[in-house]
Amino acid sequence: MLTIGEKQFNSRLFLGTGKYPSFAIQKEAVEVSETNILTFSVRRMDIFESSQPNFLEKIDLKNYDLLPNTAGAKTAEEAVRTAKLAKASGLCDMVKVEIIGCDKTLLPDPVETLRATEELLKEGFIVLPYTSDDVVLARKLEELGAHAIMPGASPIGSGQGIINPLNLSFIIEQANVPVIVDAGIGSPKDAAFAMELGADGVLLNTAVSASLDPVKMAEAMKLAVEAGRLGYEAGRIPKKRYATASSPTEGISI
Amino acid sequence: MKLLVNGNHLQVPSNVFTIADVITHFFKHDPIVIVEHNGIILEKNNHPKQIVADGDKIELVEFVGGG
Repeated sequence: MLTIGEKQFNSRLFLGTGKYPSFAIQKEAVEVSETNILTFSVRRMDIFESSQPNFLEKIDLKNYDLLPNTAGAKTAEEAVRTAKLAKASGLCDMVKVEIIGCDKTLLPDPVETLRATEELLKEGFIVLPYTSDDVVLARKLEELGAHAIMPGASPIGSGQGIINPLNLSFIIEQANVPVIVDAGIGSPKDAAFAMELGADGVLLNTAVSASLDPVKMAEAMKLAVEAGRLGYEAGRIPKKRYATASSPTEGISI
Repeated sequence: MKLLVNGNHLQVPSNVFTIADVITHFFKHDPIVIVEHNGIILEKNNHPKQIVADGDKIELVEFVGGG
């Protein structure tokens, strides 16, 4: 069971909702993933398209907690405004602080992320900041009162997987709040690895939505997150330089 | 009455009095919509009470797919 703030979740897989081939495929992928938390962005409506469909209308909202992000914000003030807009929907009280500081790498702006986190906590939000894998920054976000820390595995949408497992493990070991590895996951192997490192959850989007078969990949990610978590709880064996026989060395009849 | 809606200067008919009327004017269905009226974010239950006036700035936003 994953606990964030006072909320509890059965699934440790957070699923993004961007860039699926169709609502039908997306709906099936979401169901198969058994996720409890769906992320969204907040955007202006197209007022010249009067009957535009929205994915939120396709799913039973009772089954999910919504985690809006502040993507598009470049400053703390913009992120706070986006979070307040999301909350005014009456559908959510969590927010993923996402303030991009570099258009090429989409890496987060640490200073603005800290400022926005502080302000949103004052406003009573459940705050999950998306951050780089900087160990000190993660600690400072927790000290501010962030309800979870969401370090990136590698740049958003890159599918490069976990490029700095050492930093992630430092962040996980020092944290007293959940650590959700967010961004850069490319394959089930990456998700399982994050969980084996001791992450409390994984947030991914493109790895499922842009795969050849998003429904199948959603199931694979669900299983990978579960397998990785079980492996972490079971405790892996230490790595050794030389072999150790697993068959008995006594009683060999040759 | 003229309103600035999502960055567009638009004439709305005379039967538009409230934010709820603005939403009904632009959308056929009942969308999940969040409204900012002259810089103030509105709770949904205030949409039918909030009166609009000539020149008001209105932002209509929604949740879209994202990670």
